[in-house]
Amino acid sequence: MEKLKTFVMGGVHPPENKLAEKQSIIRLDPPDSVAIPLSQHLGVPAKPVVNKGDEVLTGQLIAKGEAFISANIHASVSGKVTKIDAVIDTSGYRKTAILINTVGDNWSNGIDQDESLVTDYDLDPKEITKRIQENGVVGMGGATFPSHVKMMVPKGKKAEYLIINGVECEPCLTADHRLMLEKGEEIMVGISLQMKALGVDKAIIGIEDNKADALEHLGRLAGKYPGISVQGLKVKYPQGAEKQLIKALVNREVPSGKLPIEVGCVVHNVGTSFAVYEAVLKNKPLVERVVTVSGTSVKKPGNFMVRIGTPVMALIEAAGGLPEDTGKVINGGPMMGKALNDLQVPVTKGTSGILIFTEAESKRPQELNCIRCARCLTICPMGLEPYLLAQLADKKRLEECEDERIMDCMECGSCLYICPSGKPLLDHIRVGKNRVGKMIRERAG
Amino acid sequence: MSDLLNEITLFSVVSLGAIGGVAAIILFLVAQKFKVIEDPRIDEVENLLPGANCGGCGLAGCRALAEAIVKAESLEGFSCPPGGSDVMQDIAEAMGWAAGESTPMIAVVRCNGTRDLAPPKVRYDSATTCAFAHALFAGEGGCPFGCLGCGDCVLACAFDAMYMDKETGLPVIIDEKCVACAACVKECPRNIIEMRKKGKKDRRIFVSCINEEKGGVARKNCKVACIGCGKCMKECKFDAITLENNLAYIDFEKCTLCRKCPPVCPTNAIHELNFPVRKQKPAETVES
Repeated sequence: MEKLKTFVMGGVHPPENKLAEKQSIIRLDPPDSVAIPLSQHLGVPAKPVVNKGDEVLTGQLIAKGEAFISANIHASVSGKVTKIDAVIDTSGYRKTAILINTVGDNWSNGIDQDESLVTDYDLDPKEITKRIQENGVVGMGGATFPSHVKMMVPKGKKAEYLIINGVECEPCLTADHRLMLEKGEEIMVGISLQMKALGVDKAIIGIEDNKADALEHLGRLAGKYPGISVQGLKVKYPQGAEKQLIKALVNREVPSGKLPIEVGCVVHNVGTSFAVYEAVLKNKPLVERVVTVSGTSVKKPGNFMVRIGTPVMALIEAAGGLPEDTGKVINGGPMMGKALNDLQVPVTKGTSGILIFTEAESKRPQELNCIRCARCLTICPMGLEPYLLAQLADKKRLEECEDERIMDCMECGSCLYICPSGKPLLDHIRVGKNRVGKMIRERAG
Repeated sequence: MSDLLNEITLFSVVSLGAIGGVAAIILFLVAQKFKVIEDPRIDEVENLLPGANCGGCGLAGCRALAEAIVKAESLEGFSCPPGGSDVMQDIAEAMGWAAGESTPMIAVVRCNGTRDLAPPKVRYDSATTCAFAHALFAGEGGCPFGCLGCGDCVLACAFDAMYMDKETGLPVIIDEKCVACAACVKECPRNIIEMRKKGKKDRRIFVSCINEEKGGVARKNCKVACIGCGKCMKECKFDAITLENNLAYIDFEKCTLCRKCPPVCPTNAIHELNFPVRKQKPAETVES
């Protein structure tokens, strides 16, 4: 058997806890009302194009992304716009959102709701990118970078590889895994479309070998689609990070502070490929996504296809309700996710999972003194010195932080996970990153 | 013999004198050529400064501050935290600049969201740094403008003029110790602390809230939030109160400390400090 690939530097292997990996995706009914935030993507928030009191159809454009890095937003239910107001979203702050009261479920014209597979991708590359942009597709892995921007290769650069991220290295999450099993064919067509739009002839799907069924399923399908290959990867966190995945799959290193296109790669998530397929061939905007709801105390862990804007509480209800001894509810994976401060926050395009931790699980270990074991240093996938960065950041020695490449930290949380003294290293590094970022911006004027 | 001695003495005196004279001329010329003209006022100002070289002014030390002040020919924008306004006053007098321009200032915390008035809804469990908490969420009480209570300002204060009140979770400024260096103002990620005029007899009136949300939303999280009703603005006869983004602000330059506005505020968001106790009006006693 071929040796499994992985990235070289650092990495950890936390307990996988993929409790919902055998649960097929359940489609939830549209909720009674949704709150659709205007800023669900990286970049400039979209501008609303509907007013209070307007009747909207599912899939209708309700906010337009006008800036270069921005994305369109569509109504995820049909009904009446009750107001455009600030609601608490996953950032923990009130942000502007469009609130819609659901009436029936009427889709706007031109959207193909049929589940049957369409494989006719004889389209102009420009047309593909345009449809991706129109239908508001963003990166579904969590960073929510507008996908159409990634499709436009800057002048002087050439894309060689399209890298598809099916790694799902975060413990507990199974949304991408289920999607690969159930929508494998669609994902393949989506990848072919992305390859065409980018003008590349090689695409590699990276899947960790703890998802043997998905690996086998997609590997079988890949034979039918020219240029696409599937590569099994050794389980290691954070393999799903762009730079680590490129290193693992094509053995290239993205320089510090640069984008993957620098080494001829464009990275997309499998979820994005599925969204691209729906957007381009079914003309279906990004109005729903798969969210994993899991946790040791959850009665029915599962994967749910929900409309964007559904309150998190509705998802928790679908998974058997909020357990009594809940300590934290996390948006995202256990390593990088963030605790929610309100359970009515809406699901956005970047919500990949809702995890429920019990009181005991959510307790942080007591912080002890650093014993100079250097484990954080060994496991840092970016080759940084977390203990040093945390100390420098604490003492506000920002120039030194910058020299130690604090801005290269991707906040994967491996250092915090491995520290035997329970030091919140990442917390301190984040504060430092915040301050250094501010300093850099001020210097630039 | 004495002749020889005389000759040697004379020779030494003349030759050494000549060497000395030539060296003096060279030194004089070199000194003229490389003369550094330094403003004598710099020394004067430096002597007036405390000489602690604490760096509280933001410059490398007292000498650097003196140089900067003399170069700028004004005191505007300069402060000496340990010396306070007295020192600045002395400098102004010594330099013959318009004295009395600097009004004594003091830091004011514009949030009154105590644990009772803005009860926590969630528990924050991470690094106890306001900078981090601010990046994460709106705050335990839910107010996105209110004090996070991690005490970054207290750590920033070099003069022990602040402490965190354990009961309320808010920072407290010790009036006597505050030297108005504004280190806390710069540190607060939410700009809650403001430098305001110290006021006659330390009397101050200010809106103790910076929440810009709509009244109802603000009120839901905090009982003493400014709801932007504008009652105080109507009450003020000196145009000192402005209303912007659902938030009232009292301009301390225009405020005459007439004490008309605090009683009309429906949420008690306007604070008055160091005033004598109000005479109870009959109408108010009934309400209590």
